[in-house]
Amino acid sequence: MKKNNLYTSLSPDPGDTPIIAEHISKSYNKGTAPALSNVSLTVKKGELFGLIGPDGAGKTTLFRILTTLLLADSGQARISGYDVVKDFKQIRSTVGYMPGKFSLYQDLTVQENLTFFAALFGTEVATQYELIRDIYDQIEPFKNRRAGKLSGGMKQKLALCCALIHKPSVLFLDEPTTGVDVVSRREFWEMLQKLKRQGITILVSTPYMEEAVLCDRIALIQNGQLLNIDTPSQITGTFPAALYAVKAASIYTLLKDLRSWNQVESCYAFGEWLHVTLRQHTGDARALIREYAAAKAHQQVTVQLIAPTIEDSFIRLATTNPLQHGTPNQP
Amino acid sequence: MKQLLVFIRKEFYHVFRDRRTLLILFGLPLVQILLFGYALTSEVKNVDLVVINTSGDLLAQQLTARLQASALFNVQEKQLSPTEIENEFKKGHIKAALIFPSGFSNDLIKIQRAGFQVLTDGSEPNISKTITRYLSTIVQDFRQEHSTAALAPFTIVPELRMLYNEEGNGSINFVPGVLALILMIVCTALTSVAVVREKETGTMEILLVSPFRPAMVLVAKAVPFLLLSLANFSVILLLAVYVLNVPLAGSLLLLFVITLLFIATSLSFGLLISNATSSQQVALLISMMGLMLPTIIFTGFIFPLENMPLPFQWISNLVPAKWYYSAVKSVMLKGLGLAYVWKEMSVLCLMTILLLTITVKRFQIRLT
Repeated sequence: MKKNNLYTSLSPDPGDTPIIAEHISKSYNKGTAPALSNVSLTVKKGELFGLIGPDGAGKTTLFRILTTLLLADSGQARISGYDVVKDFKQIRSTVGYMPGKFSLYQDLTVQENLTFFAALFGTEVATQYELIRDIYDQIEPFKNRRAGKLSGGMKQKLALCCALIHKPSVLFLDEPTTGVDVVSRREFWEMLQKLKRQGITILVSTPYMEEAVLCDRIALIQNGQLLNIDTPSQITGTFPAALYAVKAASIYTLLKDLRSWNQVESCYAFGEWLHVTLRQHTGDARALIREYAAAKAHQQVTVQLIAPTIEDSFIRLATTNPLQHGTPNQP
Repeated sequence: MKQLLVFIRKEFYHVFRDRRTLLILFGLPLVQILLFGYALTSEVKNVDLVVINTSGDLLAQQLTARLQASALFNVQEKQLSPTEIENEFKKGHIKAALIFPSGFSNDLIKIQRAGFQVLTDGSEPNISKTITRYLSTIVQDFRQEHSTAALAPFTIVPELRMLYNEEGNGSINFVPGVLALILMIVCTALTSVAVVREKETGTMEILLVSPFRPAMVLVAKAVPFLLLSLANFSVILLLAVYVLNVPLAGSLLLLFVITLLFIATSLSFGLLISNATSSQQVALLISMMGLMLPTIIFTGFIFPLENMPLPFQWISNLVPAKWYYSAVKSVMLKGLGLAYVWKEMSVLCLMTILLLTITVKRFQIRLT
C-alpha cells in the first residue's frame, strides 16, 4: 500500500495531535452496508473538535473505531500515539468515552455510579473532585437518586462526570446533547469549553448544526464520508454564493415556483424561510427574486441577503460537492 | 483488588434492586421445594382399602378390625374376584387391597406360619409406602399380642406388591433432583442475564473502554450468584431436613463441597451463554430451554436413566446435573463418603475448567 506508507511517514507528531485517523473505512454485514469510507482527520491537543452530521452518517462507527471498540476494515488510527488495534489496552485506560446511548447503571444512584467508575479506573472520587466539581455540583442534590430517575440533562451531566472521573487526556463524546432540552444543552457546551481550557482534547459529535459554531474545528460527515474539515467560520466564510432568505404568504407554492425557475441554483426550506442561491445573473438579485415572485402572484414577499450558517454549508456540500464521490480531504 | 470488590458490590446492588432476579433467586426455590416436599409429607389419611376375606376367617377378621380402628384406612370388606380388584384400582376406588387366603387361621395355628397378600397402587408411591409401613406395624403388634396368649409363636408374612410401579420410586429422590434443578436455573440463567444486561443497556461499552480485564468482569459477575446460591442451598437443605424429614446421612461438609463445585459449573455455563448472546431474552431462553429441559430429562430424578436407549445415556453424561444428582444422592441419602463420589466431583471439576476456558478465550474484547 504505497499510499498508506506515504501517510505514515507524513504522520503528525502524536505529542500535539492526540487523535489521528487515516483512511478509515468500515462496512457492516460483510461489506454490504458501508458505514465509513476513507475518513481521515486529526485533532490537535486541547482542541474541541466537532463531528457534525445527521443520524446514520457514521459518527458512532467512527467513535467506536477510535475508542478501540470496533476494528476498521482498512486504514489506521492513533490515539495519543497509541495504535487503536495493537495498543488498545493503553488507549482504554487513558481516554474518556461517553457513548451516544445513556450507558450508566440505571438502578444505581448517582453517587454509586460515580464511585463505581472511579474504582473501575483505579482512582477515587475525592482525588478527581476538582475536575468534575463544576458539573457535579449541579447533580449533587440528587446524589442519592437512581440514575434511571434523572432527567435527560442530569443524566448527561452524570455521564460526563463518569467519563471524566479518571482525568482522561482525550474525551470522546458521542452525541452528548441528543434528546436533551435547550437549556441543558447550552450548559453542557459551556462545560465542554471549561474542560477544553483545562487542556483536555475533546472529540464531540452532534446532529445539531447550530452547535457546530461552538467547536474550534468541525468535520461535516454524511453517508460515511467527510464533506469538509475546517473552522466553523471558515466553512461558512467560503460559502461560494450569495444566499437569500425569501418568504411569502404561501411558502409552499413559492418553493415550487422558485424551484421551477431556471435562474435558481438551489432552494430549500429553512425554518419558516426559503434559502435561495441564484445562477449567474445581472442586476440586483433581491429585485430579481421579488419580480419573479410578483409575476407568480405571490403576496407579502420578503427577500433578504443573509450570512450562510453551517447548515447551509452542509446542505450545499452534501448536495453539490464533487468530493462526495472523491477523496474527502481538505479542499 | 479494590476494583474487583467495588465491582462485586455493584453486582449485589443489581441483584437486590431487581425484583425479578430476587424472585427467581429466593422465591422459586422455596416454591419448588415446598411443592415437591408436599408430595413427600402429604399425610396419608382415609385410604380406601378393601379386605377380601373369602372364607370369613376369624383371625383375619381380628386383623381387619385393627385396620378399621386406624384413622389411616377406610376399610371395606368385600368379596371381589381378581379382575374386579383390578378394575377397582383402575377406577381409583381403592388404593390398596388385602387378600387373605382361605386357611389363614388354620395355617397360623398348625404350622405357625401364614401369609396374606397386599396390593397397593404403586402410581402413588408415597401412599404405597405408608400403607406398607403401617401394615407391617399392625401385623407386628398383632403377633406380639397373640404370642403371649394361648397360641404358639407364629409368623405372618405379608406378601407385598406395588402395582404399576414395582420398584417404588420414592419421592425422597426429588430433593436432590430439585436441588440440582434450582441451582442450575439460579446460577446459569441469572448469571447469563446479568452479563447480557450490560451488553443490552450499553454499559458494556464503557466497561470495555476501561482498564478492567475481561476475566475480572466474569469473576465479578459470578461471585454474587455463587454466594447467594450457597445461601439458597443452605435454606433448601434446612427445609429438606427439618420440614420434609429427608435424611442427611453423609457428611455435611462433603455435601457443601460438591454443591460448590456444581454451582461453579452452572455459573460457567451461564457465563458461556452470556458470551454467545446479545439480548436478555435469548440468554434466558437458552438457559431455560437448553439447560432446564436436559436437566429434568437426563438427570434421572424423574425418568430413570437405566431405561433409556444407550445414545441417550451417553448424552446424559454431558449434563452436569446428572453428576451432581448422583453425588448428592450418594452422600445425602446413602451416607457414602468421598471414595464413592470422587468420580462425579472430578467430572464436574473438568466441566467447569473446560467451560471457563472457552468463556475467557471467547470473551469479546470489542463490539461486533
